[in-house]
Amino acid sequence: MIEGIFVEGLLYSLMALGVFITFRILDFPDLTVDGSFPLGAAIAATLISHGTSPWISLIAAFAGGVAAGCVTATIHNKLKVPNLLAGILTMTMLWSINIRVLGNRANLPLIRKTTALTQVKDLFGETFPNAWAYLIFFLIAALLVKFLLDLFFRTDLGLTLGAMGNNSQMVITQGVNIEYMKLIGVGLSNGLVGLAGAFAAQYQGFADVSLGQGIIIAGLASVMIGEFVLRSNRISVLTLRVILGSILFRGLMYLGRYYGYYINLTPNDLKLITGLLIILSLIVTQVRKKKKWTALAAGEKSEDNA
Amino acid sequence: MIRLEHLSKVFQTGTVNENAAIRDVNLTVKEGDFITIIGSNGSGKTTLFNLITGTYPPTEGNIYIRGKDVSREPEFKRARYIGRIFQDPLLGTASNMSLEDNMMITYRKGFKGLKVSLNGKMRDFFREKLVPLQMGLEDRMKDNVGLLSGGQRQALTLLMMVLSQPALILLDEHTAALDPKNAQIVLDLTTRFVEEYKLTTMMITHNMSQAIRYGTRLLMMDLGEIILDVEGKEKQNLTVEKLVDKFHEIREKTFVSDEALLSQG
Ligand SMILES: Nc1ncnc2c1ncn2[C@@H]1O[C@H](COP(=O)(O)OP(=O)(O)O)[C@@H](O)[C@H]1O
Ligand SMILES: [Mg+2]
Repeated sequence: MIEGIFVEGLLYSLMALGVFITFRILDFPDLTVDGSFPLGAAIAATLISHGTSPWISLIAAFAGGVAAGCVTATIHNKLKVPNLLAGILTMTMLWSINIRVLGNRANLPLIRKTTALTQVKDLFGETFPNAWAYLIFFLIAALLVKFLLDLFFRTDLGLTLGAMGNNSQMVITQGVNIEYMKLIGVGLSNGLVGLAGAFAAQYQGFADVSLGQGIIIAGLASVMIGEFVLRSNRISVLTLRVILGSILFRGLMYLGRYYGYYINLTPNDLKLITGLLIILSLIVTQVRKKKKWTALAAGEKSEDNA
Repeated sequence: MIRLEHLSKVFQTGTVNENAAIRDVNLTVKEGDFITIIGSNGSGKTTLFNLITGTYPPTEGNIYIRGKDVSREPEFKRARYIGRIFQDPLLGTASNMSLEDNMMITYRKGFKGLKVSLNGKMRDFFREKLVPLQMGLEDRMKDNVGLLSGGQRQALTLLMMVLSQPALILLDEHTAALDPKNAQIVLDLTTRFVEEYKLTTMMITHNMSQAIRYGTRLLMMDLGEIILDVEGKEKQNLTVEKLVDKFHEIREKTFVSDEALLSQG
């Protein structure tokens, strides 16, 4: 069971990395995620059930997610709609689109189909139990995406994206069109979310339109739990802690689901717990900020005296 | 270099709050000018800058940069030739990123690609440029900019702007938020950079003697108009008293206290 937590944590960390990009790097709270996750799942499941290679379905799911993100960014850029509303609009429209992608149904099973995971299973054969094969596979996938992201955020474009979330005036003053920056950032974020959706469909063996319900909150909780664990300004640490946060979040959910009944919790309480987790993280961040402010104020004073 | 023709800006047109912040301003800025701009609060100095940079469009009139009409160009496009520093030191840098990252982002104007330009050579170059600031920043290139003091941040912003080689720099009371010691350091740095890089400069200041002492040309603004434009010998011979007299002469107004409007530093 412990492998299951790690497998899910690693799988969903791809989604959490997407959420991290919008919420933390771009400062663009993007709710498209609840729609782009099942979009990725739907694209992958449909392609696979039509006999397409599961690996190509992953690329297609990523591209679908990018497209969804670009729609949100464009609504925000061109119609001057606040980012939250733009995301909700796309997310809502995606619900209908996802059902169409699934062939006018809400659910598409992948029983006896060749998925990326059945191929991984075959590759490892009898050497490992399946769960361990999945664990190794998703570990490689998550680390690969992490390293690519680390590299991207060290490029000139990546650095500029980082600055935009912090100080968009500085980026404009630099002669950069921030509309493009948002398009790229939100697109990339949802591409990762779509990819995670595609993996989730193959892992669970089906795609479902309701797969994305509340996924944004799970992603956000993962990001915040990660921030609890490690503190740094280095991008490689920031992405690492998103992955750790995602695993920890799955662990907490697992505890809640299987041992929660000791304190009278039901699986229906998990959403409440997730929300409370986020609120707790927010409180801790606030307290830390205040502490930093006081320290800073003290520091300024000593400089004046010098 | 820059020409403003019949430029005007009206805020909240058609409401009771209608406010003509810039009224029919004509101005030619020559290559190499170092213009200081004074004027009471609300006289339209910042609005003039915002029109030049394209933060918002003019209500009427045109703006030419190097002969090209840029009046309807978006802000980010014009930004390629313009360097701007605000009063608030927080606006020039990204506080949650390191010094070297900040310097890399602002080093080249325009769209950024997928190249990793921040390498050892670039770091050496940045370090070398930081040394003359004499703030020890060359040893803190991996620190977040948020850890720097306001003076250090403004000096860094100034350096970053200069390295991006703008054709025109706009400084909007960029030392006003700093303590006197740091304000002087940043001001000295400004004049040094302007000379060293031969920058065409417009500098807003609320300090009359500063406006007289620095620069090659002085503008005084009042109620959205440029009411005084002096350069050369005439500017060199200015004193604070003469400036106040001139202001009264032009406006034929008397004020109980001049200091209330034009603070003398
Ligand atoms: N964005 C804006 N919206 C409405 N009114 C503005 C805006 N910016 C400036 N103003 C008004 O225009 C006038 C000139 O302001 P400003 O250019 O900031 O003056 P200064 O920089 O000389 O102190 C003021 O009356 C101010 O209230
Ligand atoms: Mg002003």
